Amino acid sequence: MNAAEKPVIVADSLIGQRIQKKDAPEKAAGKTRYIQDMVVPGMLHAKILRSARVHARILSIDTSAAKALPGVHVVITAADVPDQQPIGVARDHLPLKGERVRSLRDEIAAVAADSEEIAEAALRLIRVEYEDLPIVAGPEDAIKPGAPLIHPAPLDAEGRPKTLPPKTPVAFAGKADNVAMRFDYTHGDLAAAEAESDVVVEDTFQLHYVTHCCMGVSGVIAEFDASGNLLMYSNTQVPFLHKREFAEYLDIDPARVRIIQPPIGGGFGSKLDIYPFEVICIFLARAAKRPVKMVFTREEEFLASPTRQPVLLTLRSGCRKDGTLTFRQVHTLHDNGAYTSWGATTPFVMMQTFSSLYRVPACDYHTTVVYTNNPYAGSFRGYGNLQATFAIEQHMDMLAEKIGMDPLDFRLKNAQDAGEVTGQGMTFKSCGFKECLTTAAERSDYRRKHADNIANRNARGPVKRGIGIASMLHVGGGAKIYPSDGCGTILKLDDFANVTLITGASEIGQGSETVLSQLVCEELGLPISAVTVVNNDTAITPWDVGVHASRTTFIAGNSAIGAARMAKAKILAAAARKHDCDEASLDLRGGFVVKADSGEAVVELARLMRSLHFSDKAELVMTTFYYEPPSVHQDKGFKGDVSAAYAWATQVVEVEVDTDTGIVKMTKVTGTHDVGRVLNRLGLEGQIEGGVVMGQGYALTENLIVENGVTRNPNFRDYKLVTAPEIPEMDISFVESMDGEGPRGAKGVGEAPSICIAAAAANAIYNATGVRIFGLPFTPEAVYRALRGVTSKPHWQAWKPE
Amino acid sequence: MSLKHDIEFALNGVRKRVAVDVTMTALDMLRDVVGLTGTKYGCGEGECGACTIRVDGQTVNACLMFAVACDGHDIVTIEGLAADPKADALREAFVEHGAVQCGFCTPGMVVQAAHILETNPNADAATIKRGLEGNLCRCTGYKKIVDAVESACCGGR
Ligand code: FES
Ligand code: FES
Repeated sequence: MNAAEKPVIVADSLIGQRIQKKDAPEKAAGKTRYIQDMVVPGMLHAKILRSARVHARILSIDTSAAKALPGVHVVITAADVPDQQPIGVARDHLPLKGERVRSLRDEIAAVAADSEEIAEAALRLIRVEYEDLPIVAGPEDAIKPGAPLIHPAPLDAEGRPKTLPPKTPVAFAGKADNVAMRFDYTHGDLAAAEAESDVVVEDTFQLHYVTHCCMGVSGVIAEFDASGNLLMYSNTQVPFLHKREFAEYLDIDPARVRIIQPPIGGGFGSKLDIYPFEVICIFLARAAKRPVKMVFTREEEFLASPTRQPVLLTLRSGCRKDGTLTFRQVHTLHDNGAYTSWGATTPFVMMQTFSSLYRVPACDYHTTVVYTNNPYAGSFRGYGNLQATFAIEQHMDMLAEKIGMDPLDFRLKNAQDAGEVTGQGMTFKSCGFKECLTTAAERSDYRRKHADNIANRNARGPVKRGIGIASMLHVGGGAKIYPSDGCGTILKLDDFANVTLITGASEIGQGSETVLSQLVCEELGLPISAVTVVNNDTAITPWDVGVHASRTTFIAGNSAIGAARMAKAKILAAAARKHDCDEASLDLRGGFVVKADSGEAVVELARLMRSLHFSDKAELVMTTFYYEPPSVHQDKGFKGDVSAAYAWATQVVEVEVDTDTGIVKMTKVTGTHDVGRVLNRLGLEGQIEGGVVMGQGYALTENLIVENGVTRNPNFRDYKLVTAPEIPEMDISFVESMDGEGPRGAKGVGEAPSICIAAAAANAIYNATGVRIFGLPFTPEAVYRALRGVTSKPHWQAWKPE
Repeated sequence: MSLKHDIEFALNGVRKRVAVDVTMTALDMLRDVVGLTGTKYGCGEGECGACTIRVDGQTVNACLMFAVACDGHDIVTIEGLAADPKADALREAFVEHGAVQCGFCTPGMVVQAAHILETNPNADAATIKRGLEGNLCRCTGYKKIVDAVESACCGGR
């Protein structure tokens, strides 16, 4: 290239653009192979026999007829796996149940056979004798004096509790009561704050069972090689944690466990724990010495995958006449189900919303998570925050009304600002909360409509309009749930300036591949098409803690940027040497090394890469990691930070309530999110719209009906997901608070959009009708009854285990 | 044990002859016998639309249809649409409008959307939403799917 020919490279920033999802063309063509589509040569098909009773002792299991069925390779029960170890957060859960079943989902036996049909036929031949035990049907029953124990301590031959070594897991040692977990938190002087209050409100809220309903059902393939190394094809959201857990479980070196994640048909938190079916599939593969595939039916998915936790929550809140919040006191009771998964730890997130969404001088929070014979609760997008926000944001409206203040002004008066350190010790380095409030209110014309709707309540006609507002605070910069939160990246640049981005971060449909590619390309001045992402094999990718807590863009994004910046520095240094200039004067743009000031091309990047290859005798490979910035973990009293950054949002929901039928139509949602910075606008909108509609389902249509431990509606006919004609008009806008630690200023957003919808809907229904409903979901029947005053108010009060 | 039937039908424009159990669904035949896995199992009960295929131009939930009922008919699956240049614009619209997240519902959505466009080239957003009512999506909130189909209507408006 002679000087006269040197082009000037103008390249637009990719940040904030609408970037198409990298995996979308394959998916739209039906070519993506999910776990359900995978065939491993020689594989067997597995099915699980689940309990026919809600709570019972198992007297005998007879598998002889099943074993004799042609095409059956292996049948296992607890007796066949004496080495099985308890799984789950509290180590209270044995994958195969031998002595006692505690819920209808409980696994009793499993079959590996030549086909699914044969495996199913074999299940029908297994005979189980039960002796029924009294059922603990709800959390209030679980704490009654003399309530049947879900995990009683085992007795010795004389009927006395067995003496066991200390630290024996609950699965073997049992538990003297039904309390699975307890959280107590407090800041400020509650009594003084209450004494200062001009107005106090107290109500109990009741939150129901819902479940993830990933369109791709759960599935796994397990196989052992000739040396006993385990390979799993798995949908998990936490491959590296699984690798370690399975290794511990099998008592082998973690290096001998490899997990490959085929594309995942939806996660939303459902794949965050280790589940019995995964362990059982490993047992079957070990026994059969063949690959074994297990895929759920939809019914099984409803019955045996985790739920969002039902909560009974009593909130007492106070404020002064001038609109200053004074205190909050909270007592909750959570239905854990029969075993402990992440659901039991959601009170930890709820606590943050109570203590810190608004400035509140005193907060006292007590929550008890109890065992019942119901399905067990796991983690689900929002992680307890939907439940907490439902209560808080209704009380915000109620307090405002009592002191005669506009609900928006009341919120603005108490909203957090950047720089605030809350009573719980959380530090809000970036905070666009007030801007979210004012933007969403303005865009929806909240003030005017709110007043008009009240004025029109008594107008003729059965249909009343309502508008409601609610806001949320959630982790947006990783989460200190595990001892560390980090992600590694390997970045390889080949001789043609193509990038292979090898990241620990998983894609579950949320678009992580695309946003990570975008961040890398922004650094390296390359088009998105130059990047291949490798993110699904623990034998290749560096460590990552898993997809959860809205953390991937923040943590994995920072990690990817780190690797790209290392590569860039190396490239610019080499270019500066070759072209005899100062590397600080160079930049990467549009596939070229350019002069930073003029954009004049210095050398094509691919050409430079090839010449580097010959001088360095290698492709350019960079490795890096990002751990959330060093900050103090919470202390034993839960004081301190849980994330490097926090996300904020306000959502305004508009409804039409048909007072004749109780039907609530969600007509419009105006959402403003503080996302730090917009990276991929298309992906961001998609996440938010999807979250809004998930929140709509939580508020209006979804209800997993569990009666006496029996799930009554394990199908899409009776468990109503929102369908296309029902979605509201959505107006989504963003506040860019430019977080100092975020990748290009961005914060996490994955969970945020589903959090406030139910709370805002409750306020909207009140605005329309003057009737406040304290329990979810707002089905036509529930609303109809509430409008006619025939709903009994939920009730719960302070309770402490002895 | 089970009775096998020989059936013959057109699959994505190619004649096909297979032997199937009388109890087998068209969905299982496509996925397990023929080996085309683009058509998805989401519920097996006609409630989610993940298994949507076209039979003689009508959309059908393959999980509710017996495989033997395919005999003599003209079947089109997502793989057939993927190879059909007429459907390119629609698939591209899904990509461009961000209508795909986890993608599990997408093949069924695309097949249903192609049907809507063919039977009602001037469909407006409300018509499209009604046309997609039987297809569940847990990720997108449907808005971008509706946008994509609307943009592909009459080659885009
Ligand atoms: S799998 Fe056929 S409609 Fe759901
Ligand atoms: S994109 Fe995931 S279900 Fe539709």
